[in-house]
Amino acid sequence: MSILVFVESADGKVKKTSLEAIAYAAGIGGEVVAIALGSVDTSELEALGGYGATKVLHASDERLNQGVIKAYSSVIAQAMDHVGADIMVLANSSLGAPVSARVAIKVDASLASNVVELPETSSGFKVKRSIYTGKAFCIEELTKAKKIIAIKKNAAQISEGGNSVSVEPFQPTLDDSDFTTRIVSTEKATGDILLPEAEVVVSGGRGMKGPEHWGLLEDLAKSLGAGLGCSKPVSDMEWRPHHEHVGQTGVKVAPNLYIAVGISGAIQHLAGVNSSKYIVVINKDPEAPFFKAADYGIVGDAFDIIPKLTEAIRAQN
Amino acid sequence: MKILVCITHVPDTTSKISFTENNTKFDGNGVQYVIGPYDDYALARAVELKETHGASVTALNVGGPESDPTIRKALAIGADDAIRVNAEPSDSLFVAKQIAAIAQENQYDLILMGRESIDFNGGMVHGMVGEMLGMPSISPVMKLELDGDTVKMAREIEGGKEQVESQLPLVAGCQEPIAEWRIPNMRGIMSARTKPLAVVEPSSDEQGSQLQSFELPPEKGEVKMIDAENVGELVDLLKNDAKVL
Repeated sequence: MSILVFVESADGKVKKTSLEAIAYAAGIGGEVVAIALGSVDTSELEALGGYGATKVLHASDERLNQGVIKAYSSVIAQAMDHVGADIMVLANSSLGAPVSARVAIKVDASLASNVVELPETSSGFKVKRSIYTGKAFCIEELTKAKKIIAIKKNAAQISEGGNSVSVEPFQPTLDDSDFTTRIVSTEKATGDILLPEAEVVVSGGRGMKGPEHWGLLEDLAKSLGAGLGCSKPVSDMEWRPHHEHVGQTGVKVAPNLYIAVGISGAIQHLAGVNSSKYIVVINKDPEAPFFKAADYGIVGDAFDIIPKLTEAIRAQN
Repeated sequence: MKILVCITHVPDTTSKISFTENNTKFDGNGVQYVIGPYDDYALARAVELKETHGASVTALNVGGPESDPTIRKALAIGADDAIRVNAEPSDSLFVAKQIAAIAQENQYDLILMGRESIDFNGGMVHGMVGEMLGMPSISPVMKLELDGDTVKMAREIEGGKEQVESQLPLVAGCQEPIAEWRIPNMRGIMSARTKPLAVVEPSSDEQGSQLQSFELPPEKGEVKMIDAENVGELVDLLKNDAKVL
């Protein structure tokens, strides 16, 4: 059995969420063939063997340097055929999700997104998915011969230790109709830790009183190597950019540690953070509902507590 | 221009989620149903385009008669007519097939929907419909402007956004801040009662998955409170108990 894994990259480097996808595929068992598109460092691709890939395909056509959904779908469907893959695994990312939907139709596969653990295959092929924005799970049987699984963060543990593998060029058939959508420009926060991938997230709410106080949170985030998020009112008031909004209609995060400062904890915010392993809530209102969802809580003034916390973390680093 | 807006009929975001019948059915008892919040953004943008560019807006839902109040709300917000495919929306492939069949019949220029439903969070239907119809599919779209046949969009990516251009016809999965949500006014509510709502039977029964059961996450333990004067204790706990530092 062959499993194809769509590997995403940014600035030539393979994304961590894609390493989880490889680990997930290796967990199912069989031959794990990774495919990368566009410009990616060859050394990065060779190293995928260390994470569980048995073979790596690289479609290096420079038109694929940008993540055009239609073109990517076409390449990945062709790669599934090429390697005879029955299963395709990928991270449920902003590119992976829309691509996987098109591939499912092209290759007539069952598709499940937000899958949180390895499939159960003792009778049928059953996957567990996160639904109701993290408030529940469902078990679904994927009934078609081919299956596509878009995994949620932390669905598999990345393991290192295998040998590097050789990278084979892959030349798909592409035509102009695959590129009718053009990516004109990309605006991306540079040097920051991406929220959906962060192991630690620090978020601020209205309790921070204004964008001018975000330096405090930035310092705390820096001391922890954390991604920076915010509540919906904060992005609505344009204190912070929209891509930092964590919640039901914003980014859903799944870090090991989530620190919420000055966020009351509306149910819509909780929906974006309920996959976090540990939650710390700092709020001056002891009645803030967020404390009920927290593992650790401090009642007090964020402007006092945050600098002390930052210092204490720096001291133990 | 003809715009199709696909809407879901889902429990509102504040609903308590629980299941019945040995965890095989969602417990809708006491639950308030709404237009999916992402679909609501798509609908609001469609109504804006109708006002600025002149367009007809059709709302489409796959669901049973219980969806009708939600569909009437979409009509009150500004959709001109509506279609309900009379079937339980059993999985994303099933729903995509229904939408594609309706779209093929009526030839829409622009097909909008939310980036995902907030019940099953699949986020797959727009891409499937795009592929079935041979149209581009873009998601998640946070801005959408029309310039003749060219559609200029901003698509959210991890840590930022990209500016994307494509041609009509296309399918877009929408999210905020593509438009401001609209609250229906009295005139809208009155006129919605008489706007056409066609009920059609499903054109395909194909599915890619079968739902087996539901589960709730384990209950969260009690919160441990730490004195504001003693943040060092928090750092200790995070390091030695939680082991996350």
